[in-house]
Amino acid sequence: MAFIPHTADDVAGMLDVIGAESIDDLFDEIPRDLRAAALDVPQAMGEMEVGRLLTERAASDGRPLNFIGAGAYEHHIPAPVWAITTRGEFYSAYTPYQAEASQGTLQLIYEYQSMICALTGMEVSNASLYDGASALAEACLMAVRANRAANSRRILLPRTVNPTYAQVAKSIAGNQGIVFETVDFDRSAGRTLLESLQPYTGQDVTALVVQQPNFFGNLEEADQLTDWAHQNKILMIAVVNPISLALLSAPGQWGSRIGGNPGADIVCGEGQPLGVPLAAGGPYFGFMATRMQYVRQMPGRIVGRTVDAEGRPGFSLTLQAREQHIRRSKATSNICTNQGLLVTAATLYMSLLGSEGLSRVAAASLQRTADLVARLSGIAGVKPAFTAPRFHEAVLLLDRPVAPVLAALTRRGIFGGLDLTDRYPELNHALLVCATETKLDADINAYAVALTDIMKPSRAAA
Amino acid sequence: MAELQAREPLIFELSKPGRRAGTQFPPRVKGSAEIPAHLRRAAPPLLPEVSELQVVRHFTRLSQMNFSIDTHFYPLGSCTMKYNPKACNSFAMLPEFLGRHPLGPEPQGFLACMYELQEMLQEITGMQSVSLTPMAGAQGEFAGVAMIRAFHRSRNDLGRTEIIVPQAAHGTNPATAAMCGCTVKEIPCDANGDIDIDALQAAVSPATAGIMLTNPSTLGVFERKITEVARIVHEAGGLLYYDGANLNAILGKVRPGDMGFDVIHMNLHKTFSTPHGGGGPGSGAVGVGARLRPFLPIPLVGKDGARFRWLTERDVPQSIGRLSGFMGNAGVNLRAYIYMRLLGREGMVRVAEFAALNANYLLKRLQAAGFEAAYPTRRASHEFIITLKRENRLYQVTAMDVAKRLLDYGFHAPTTYFPLLVPECLLIEPTETEAKEDLDRFCEAMIAIRREMEQEPEKLTSAPHTMPVRRLDDVRAAKQLDLAWKPAA
Repeated sequence: MAFIPHTADDVAGMLDVIGAESIDDLFDEIPRDLRAAALDVPQAMGEMEVGRLLTERAASDGRPLNFIGAGAYEHHIPAPVWAITTRGEFYSAYTPYQAEASQGTLQLIYEYQSMICALTGMEVSNASLYDGASALAEACLMAVRANRAANSRRILLPRTVNPTYAQVAKSIAGNQGIVFETVDFDRSAGRTLLESLQPYTGQDVTALVVQQPNFFGNLEEADQLTDWAHQNKILMIAVVNPISLALLSAPGQWGSRIGGNPGADIVCGEGQPLGVPLAAGGPYFGFMATRMQYVRQMPGRIVGRTVDAEGRPGFSLTLQAREQHIRRSKATSNICTNQGLLVTAATLYMSLLGSEGLSRVAAASLQRTADLVARLSGIAGVKPAFTAPRFHEAVLLLDRPVAPVLAALTRRGIFGGLDLTDRYPELNHALLVCATETKLDADINAYAVALTDIMKPSRAAA
Repeated sequence: MAELQAREPLIFELSKPGRRAGTQFPPRVKGSAEIPAHLRRAAPPLLPEVSELQVVRHFTRLSQMNFSIDTHFYPLGSCTMKYNPKACNSFAMLPEFLGRHPLGPEPQGFLACMYELQEMLQEITGMQSVSLTPMAGAQGEFAGVAMIRAFHRSRNDLGRTEIIVPQAAHGTNPATAAMCGCTVKEIPCDANGDIDIDALQAAVSPATAGIMLTNPSTLGVFERKITEVARIVHEAGGLLYYDGANLNAILGKVRPGDMGFDVIHMNLHKTFSTPHGGGGPGSGAVGVGARLRPFLPIPLVGKDGARFRWLTERDVPQSIGRLSGFMGNAGVNLRAYIYMRLLGREGMVRVAEFAALNANYLLKRLQAAGFEAAYPTRRASHEFIITLKRENRLYQVTAMDVAKRLLDYGFHAPTTYFPLLVPECLLIEPTETEAKEDLDRFCEAMIAIRREMEQEPEKLTSAPHTMPVRRLDDVRAAKQLDLAWKPAA
């Protein structure tokens, strides 16, 4: 019997203590007419058979050469990361409510919070949220609580923010009366223009969201945008890629000092690049950091360092008065879990890489993408879409529909990027590509050779 | 007695300038790409500088400061800390699964697993359709209530904004209702733990959007009047939401769809044994009856002939939308799928049977040892409640003291002070994967603690004594906030 340790003698002895004739008697409070018939699900399989099934299914998905980014990035994951993360003491532990028996998890989260603060240049971080998209939704709800100067619940959401994040923010925050206003981008540079924000100058607006690097991989003029927001008493929500922060200005440093309010107010993003595998989309984790003045408006768990009854240092969940199990319907969010296991992986990853390793990963990704764009742009019918400086992603414009080209690449074992036709039809045949440090010269060459062949005029005609 | 690693310095305290784990650095790439000066970072982030062995040792030691299912009995009520089979993790971590980008062409092998998972969950719950995208129980709840609201809106029935919840409900229920823009109406339970039908009858109105219920309830007992509850709410025009956080007690015994529920969320990290991971990732799949099907969160997994594909906005135009960047906690869903294939049809029913056997056995033994059940006339479901109000009066010890003392005996504490309406309570859930000997050892510890309570209660009130730390100063933690390490000035 799968995972059930009871012998027939155990069962007999236990029923005797209970005073029941059979196990079935234990269900005698369920009305007869509600009792289920036998379930129509497959029969049990042993571990060997399940292993065979899963191995075959995995093999059928193959191991293509991947140039897609768009919010999930393929980086090298050091061997210790998952070797330690899957230790049973981390893997099979519960939320650290019993602090004395969970100091390992609690200290790890404290170290994680410290590293997120260091990367983002912010004062406090929570213990993580579900993923980057839902973290933005929570950041928008938090901004409404934090910005007492605004009553409008209006949030400015540039089109350079990941369109899926925008959808998720609307699904989650829309029920609470938050209105998202779209801000257009500069078609030639591929970034948000200060001028497109001018209609909102002096208006009652809660927050401005800026994604850096933006969805196209381009770098926004974060300082200008932050200053504009603060001049208009608008909170700045930064959505950032944690790897990029090894090279890019930390959100806590964005803008100049206006009204004693430097930097972004809420920083969030997708933590997946920090040691979490692509894994068909999850589990990942969202991170969130803010300034101390807003800590009580932040959702999610937070770990604090304190002392025990003997004055020794120790860690516990703190500021729980914000949370659902205390505040119920008045809580900052209904969030109950964080993404503990992924935070464990990310903390190991950041420890192994350190700031030097992270900047090496970021610099290599920057260069590989530059190399990829240079190679592919040399192919007739392919050109870069935008002029703004980039990090590790770029939009290319093709002279023909993207989907058939990607399908042809897939047949050659290459995932050539993300077709932006549905998301940005006006860009006309736009393809978002990404190369991280995992892509070597030979990989970029393989992509270029395949694309050259697919884009040959004779093939287009055929 | 429990033996855990004592103290471990912060990783920052192990750091030394210039030390590194160089094997993990990528090769330098030749080229001239760089970030424009005004966008460049001014000073590097203060991350630790440590060797690979230091990292491995530090985090291994931290792990050894934890209780976990792999090391300790964990009778944490409402959390279902059952064995997490190693196979579920091993097969979910096959390199092809891990390497798959979520926006690539639809992976047929992976999607076959997800499609079958949807079908199995539909069958188990008696629902018509399932969406796997919610990333945790609370998000599943959110999806459920958002669908109820979308349903009423689609009928132009705009006044239905009240959600009824029993007082014993989990805190996420009212918090979720508020997140969906609803107001909350709480109704009491009677002395035997069933819903107060008169109070329900008085609470429903044309403003009722729905009711959120768990069955078995958070009181650890089966809601016997469920059919009547369903009738009253449906007649009032509301829908029934089943908080199926935990199906361990009913798997194969009774199906929420057959009880009259319109929508359910399931915590796959409980019933279907995906890891708790020190607080996530969870997965909160939702199932619905026919009326709510058009509103399911996307993406879903569909099948065209022999080919599996994502169903998106185009296929489900009335969907409440997307809740995650891609498709929820895909790898958690995969672990649940593997677990269900290992259990199969026979194994699933046995989960409920042996979860109930273990819970009822432990209840009877603890009662025999002098502990008071909160609902003595009722069967335990997969869990049950002990109240220590008498011990509190006689010996001035609390449920918290007993919980902390149990840690010294090598057992994780049961859930304490939940549900809130039972004074000094311990909510105990042994799960089906514990052997009788382990339940007996737990009883012996409780008997020993009972003796200490009478003879030397300070052993309890000052517990734990053998953990890496003693009780922590939570007031100080909240007042003198220390939330991130900073280098000494």
